[in-house]
Amino acid sequence: MADRPLPRIDEESRGYWEAARRHELLLQRCRACGAFCHHPRAVCPECLSSDIDWVVSPGRGEIYTFTVTYQNQSPGFSGRVPYVLAYVLLEEGIQILTNIVDVVPEEVRIGQAVEVCFEDLSEEISIPTFRVI
Amino acid sequence: MSSLHDIAVVGAYEHPTRFAPNRTAYQIAAESARGALEDAGLTMADVDGYATSGVGPMGVLSMCHHLNLQPDWVDSTSIGGSSFVAQVANAGAAIQAGLCSTVLITYGSTAASDRFAVGTGGGMSGDPTDAFVLPYGPTIVGAYGLVAQRHMHEFGTTAEQLAEVAVTMRHHASLNPRAKYRNRITVEDVLASRLVSSPLHLLDCCLISDGGGALVVTSVERARDLRQKPVVVLGSGQAVRHSGVGRRDILDIAARQSGARAFAQAGLSPADIDFCMIYDSFTITVLATLENLGFCAMGEGGPFVEDGGIGLGGRLPLNLDGGGLSSNHPGMRGIFLVIEAVRQLRHAAGDRQVAGARTALCHGTGGWLGVMQSGATLILREG
Repeated sequence: MADRPLPRIDEESRGYWEAARRHELLLQRCRACGAFCHHPRAVCPECLSSDIDWVVSPGRGEIYTFTVTYQNQSPGFSGRVPYVLAYVLLEEGIQILTNIVDVVPEEVRIGQAVEVCFEDLSEEISIPTFRVI
Repeated sequence: MSSLHDIAVVGAYEHPTRFAPNRTAYQIAAESARGALEDAGLTMADVDGYATSGVGPMGVLSMCHHLNLQPDWVDSTSIGGSSFVAQVANAGAAIQAGLCSTVLITYGSTAASDRFAVGTGGGMSGDPTDAFVLPYGPTIVGAYGLVAQRHMHEFGTTAEQLAEVAVTMRHHASLNPRAKYRNRITVEDVLASRLVSSPLHLLDCCLISDGGGALVVTSVERARDLRQKPVVVLGSGQAVRHSGVGRRDILDIAARQSGARAFAQAGLSPADIDFCMIYDSFTITVLATLENLGFCAMGEGGPFVEDGGIGLGGRLPLNLDGGGLSSNHPGMRGIFLVIEAVRQLRHAAGDRQVAGARTALCHGTGGWLGVMQSGATLILREG
């Protein structure tokens, strides 16, 4: 959608966004300490190692919390309300801020099982979103 | 733990404006500086330390220019609306360290007359986290809505209990001649107002006003010669919370850490506090803050605010000026928490005075509670 804010890709996040373009959800995992990490960082915040790996997440989890947004004057969102902003708790134990899509907003509940899907925002950018399963 | 017991707030001024289309933010800050220094019985020549926030990355320099100050110490802490609460402690630490002797803290904002969408706008900065947040359309109200929804889920907190906070703040505002909204409201009014971001209704949200204020901080020793009875800083704490590597309890907020430190430094517990000034950006902010500061158990915030618990004359009177929900909220409300606490501790708050108020706790929340936040706590006592 026009005017929707697009993620600014940098050297720490490029792998994540390139995968999202392929409709794959990647999480970082530190080879040194094994910790998962989101958002992506070049240095593991748990152990400060630079030996970071990408792993493909199956993108399954449950809704940790959510809010149905009825008012947002920002470009790209004013015409989209109501929409659901949520934290999804992935099976890997990582929470990810996202939208719950393809749903009647008022029917969303905490604890619902969800799976990743992707929304194409531009030729280069797709973002992971989730739908109720 | 060392403390700030020899530091005092000796001047406080709240700008009376709530809508100032003919003033600049800098002007409001300057008028507030004049008010606070007059209140203290000091002049600009006495100021050798200066702190402000919310005026841009190097705005503290512009403000010094505007006020023609060349202080020995400056602080431009930028952690959201709690910044000014933190700056009182920072000023005290600077004075104790001998970096300066008298600190002026100012705030000015024309958020309302600029029609700045404080709560329901957004914009991409260069912060690395923005790429993972902003494409999903978060708003400030939404960030607090995420917390409120989880609070309801875990603890059975009701929309009525949240509304009770807004109703109490409006009652207090009705006793404050300068409050922006003074007509009494009911729980039903709050629930009947439109949802902005569920479960938060319009009347669960702070208002947007213009405004400003200023504080003067110096040593207790110096304060003895000044106009007002000093208000002494007993304890302080600062903290931040964020989603870390992607694991957190969204109901564990910065107040838990900053409050624990402030209580330890003061050698006090929640039972020693006569009244609170708690940043009420939204009704949920008050519940989460009361729980995390230890005024009630986790999940007990809802019952705690029912039955007039946080009203004047209640268990723990809170935000006697009417708070951001009803008195004023120009975007960064922390300074007003301290100003009203000082008024109350001087027993100069008129119809909304807490009888026998001796010890106060101020807690500012900055940023977005459900995304990235700061907390700053101050415990104050009449000198």
